[in-house]
Amino acid sequence: MSMVERPATSSFWNDTGKTGIAAWIFSTDHKRIGLLYFYSVLGFFLVGVLLGLLLRIELMAPGRTIMGPQTYNALFTVHGVVMIFLFIIPGFPGAFGNLLMPIQIGARDVAFPRLNLLSWWLYMIGAATILTALFTGGGPPDTGWTFYVPFSARTGTNVSLAVLGVFIVGFSSILTGVNFVTTIHRLRAEGMTWGRLPLFVWSLYATAWVQILATPILGITLVLIIAERLLGTGLFDPGRGGDPLMYQHLFWIYSHPAVYIMILPAMGVVTEIIPVFSRKPIFGYKMIAFSSLAIAAAGSLVWGHHMYTSGMSDNAVLVFSFLTFIVAIPSAIKVFNWVSTLYKGSISLEAPMLFALSFILLFSIGGLAGLILGAAATDIHVHDTHFVVGHFHYVIFGGSGFAFLGAMHYWLPKFYGRRYAEKPAVVGWAMMFVGFNILYFSMMVLGMKGMPRRYYDYLPEFAPLNLASTIGSWILAAGLVLLLVNLFRGLFRGEPFGNNPWGGATLEWAIPTPPSTENFEQDPVVTHGPYDFKRAGMP
Amino acid sequence: MSRPPHRDYAGAKLGMWLFLFTELILFGGLFLLYAVYLARYPHEFAAAGREMHLAFGVANTVILITSSLLAAMAVTAVQRDDRRTTLALLGGTILCAAIFLVDKYLEWGAEIGRGIYPDSPRLAAGPPGESVFFSLYYLTTGLHGLHVLIGGALLAVVAARVKRGAIHPGDYVWLENGALYWHLVDLIWIFIFPLYYLVL
Repeated sequence: MSMVERPATSSFWNDTGKTGIAAWIFSTDHKRIGLLYFYSVLGFFLVGVLLGLLLRIELMAPGRTIMGPQTYNALFTVHGVVMIFLFIIPGFPGAFGNLLMPIQIGARDVAFPRLNLLSWWLYMIGAATILTALFTGGGPPDTGWTFYVPFSARTGTNVSLAVLGVFIVGFSSILTGVNFVTTIHRLRAEGMTWGRLPLFVWSLYATAWVQILATPILGITLVLIIAERLLGTGLFDPGRGGDPLMYQHLFWIYSHPAVYIMILPAMGVVTEIIPVFSRKPIFGYKMIAFSSLAIAAAGSLVWGHHMYTSGMSDNAVLVFSFLTFIVAIPSAIKVFNWVSTLYKGSISLEAPMLFALSFILLFSIGGLAGLILGAAATDIHVHDTHFVVGHFHYVIFGGSGFAFLGAMHYWLPKFYGRRYAEKPAVVGWAMMFVGFNILYFSMMVLGMKGMPRRYYDYLPEFAPLNLASTIGSWILAAGLVLLLVNLFRGLFRGEPFGNNPWGGATLEWAIPTPPSTENFEQDPVVTHGPYDFKRAGMP
Repeated sequence: MSRPPHRDYAGAKLGMWLFLFTELILFGGLFLLYAVYLARYPHEFAAAGREMHLAFGVANTVILITSSLLAAMAVTAVQRDDRRTTLALLGGTILCAAIFLVDKYLEWGAEIGRGIYPDSPRLAAGPPGESVFFSLYYLTTGLHGLHVLIGGALLAVVAARVKRGAIHPGDYVWLENGALYWHLVDLIWIFIFPLYYLVL
C-alpha cells in the first residue's frame, strides 16, 4: 500500500499522526480498519481458491491424480474452514461494512472504534491459530469444516487448535455485531431516519443481530469439542450416555444462520448497485428492509434441514422442512423487487452492475436448488452428494462471492481515488461467469446422478462431468486473475475517480474522493431518501 | 478540523447489554444440553444430584448475591463522589469473587477425591446418565468459574480507574458496565444453583 500516489489533499490516507505500518494496524479509523479487513480476507480468499483448484485437479479423473486420500481430506477441510470462517463471514461486515456503514449513516466512525480494532486483531489471532494448526501436532484437520463428532473427537489430526482458532474468530464476529447494532442505533445523522437508511445498512443491521445471537452457540459447541478431546467429557459419545445428534443440533443452530451472515450483506450490496445503474429509485424499499429482518429471523429456525438423514424424528423433519420453505419467501421478495427496479430503468451495464445482475441469476438458481434440498423427500435422494456442493457454491460464491467482487468494483475506487479499466473488468467477469456455471452446474448434475461429496475416488461413469467441472474451475480462475490484476492496477495507477461518477444518492457519494479522516466537514443533515436521485441533484 | 471527542453513555450501555446477551446464549448451549439429557436420564440425574454437596452451593450463592449488592452500592457511591467508599465496595466485590473461587476449588477437590470427574473409572463403571450429569456439571461450573475470574479482573481494572480519578460522578460508565457484567455472572449462577443442587 504505497502512499506515494495518493492525492496531496487531506484524506484518510495521509491525515494521520502515526507513520508506517503502525498507522494501519493500530488505527481506529473505520476506513483503515475496513481496508485491513479487506486485504486480510482477500488474502484468505485467494488461499481458499488455490485449495479449491487443487481439489478440482484431484477430482479431474478417477483414482489418484495429484494427492493421497489423507491430503485430500485435509484440503477440503481447510478449504471450507478458510473460505467460511476467514473469508466470507468476516468479509462483508469487516471490509465493506467498516468502510461504508458509518459514512452511509452520516457518522464520523463506529460507536466503539477501539473495539473495532480489537475485532480485527482477534480475527488475525484466530487466523494465525488456525494456520498454526495446519503445520503442527497431528497435521491439518481432516474432519470437514463441520467438525462432526464422533470423528472430530477421535481423529489424531490437530482439531483442537483449529477449533480454538475458529472460536477466537467467532469472538471477533460477535464484537463486530455488537459494534454495528450500537452504531446504527446511536450514530445516525440528523434526518437519517430508519426509513432513509441505505438498504446495505439495513442488511448489515440484520446481519449484526445474527452475529450477536447465533455466534455464541458456535462458541460453546467448539468448547465442547475441545473438552471432548482433552477431558473426555463424553457428552457426544453414545458409549458414555452422550448423543452425537446433539452436536449436530448445536453446530447448525449457529451454522445455518451463519449462511445469512454470508448472504444478507451481499444482498445489501446488490440493492445499492441496481438502482444506481438503472437510474431509478429502488422498488419496494420497505419490503426489502423488512425481508432482511425476516430472513434473519426465519433463518434462525431452520437448522434442522441439515439433518434429515441424521436420525431426527419424522415430526422434526417435517417442521424444519416447512420452516425452510418460509425462508424462501423473503428471499423471493428481494429478487422480485430487484427485477422490478430494473423494469423500465435506464440500465448501464458496467462492471458492478454485471456482478449484481449475475448475482440475481446465480442466487436464484442456488436458491431454487435449496428448495429441492429443503423438501424432505427429495433431500433423501441428494443428501451429501455433489448436488449440495453445487447448491452451496451457487448461493455463496455465485451470490456472496460475486457480490463481493461487485462491491470491490463499485466502492474501492471511492477510497483510492483511481479506477480500473472497464473492458478487462467486463472480460474478467464474463470468464468468471462462464467458468462458474461449468464448474458448479456439473457438480449439481453429478449429485443428481448420485456422486457423494467428500469422496476421494468415484466411478468411471462420473468422469466426463468431473473433467468438465475442473476445466470450468480453470476458466473461473483465469477470469479472477484478470479481474484482480486489472482492479488493483487501476486503483494504484488508473484514471482518477471523481466524487460521484456512478451517480449514487447515498451519503458516501456526497463527500470528497478519497474521504477525509472525519468523513464529513460538518455533521450532515439528511433531507432525502437514499435512492431519491432527483433530490440528490442527479439528472 | 477538530470536534469534541464523542461521548455516548446510552450507546456504551447498549453495547454492554448486547454483549451480555451473547454470554447468556453461550451458557444457553449448556442449559440446552442439560434439558435434553435430563429428559433422557431423569433417574440417573436424580441419583447424581444427590451426590452434590448442597453446603458448598448455598455458600457460593450467598457469596455471589452479597457481591452483587456490593457492586450495585459501588455504583451509587461513585455518583455521590465518594471515592473511598467506592473503592472499599469494589474491593469487597473482588474479595467475594476470590472466596467464591476458593469455595469452588474445595468443592471440586471433594468431588475429585471421591473419583467423580470426567472420564474417571468410577463414572465409567456407573450408569451413563450420571457420567453425562457430572460432565455437564464440570463444564458449566468451570465456564462460570472462568467468568467469575474475568469479572473479578474487570472490576480490578475498574477499581484502578476509580483510584486514578478516571471514573468520577461525571463519567462512571466503566463502573456501571463492570457492575452489569458482574450481575450477569451472578445471574447465571442463580440458574446453575437450582438446576444442579436443588431440583434433582
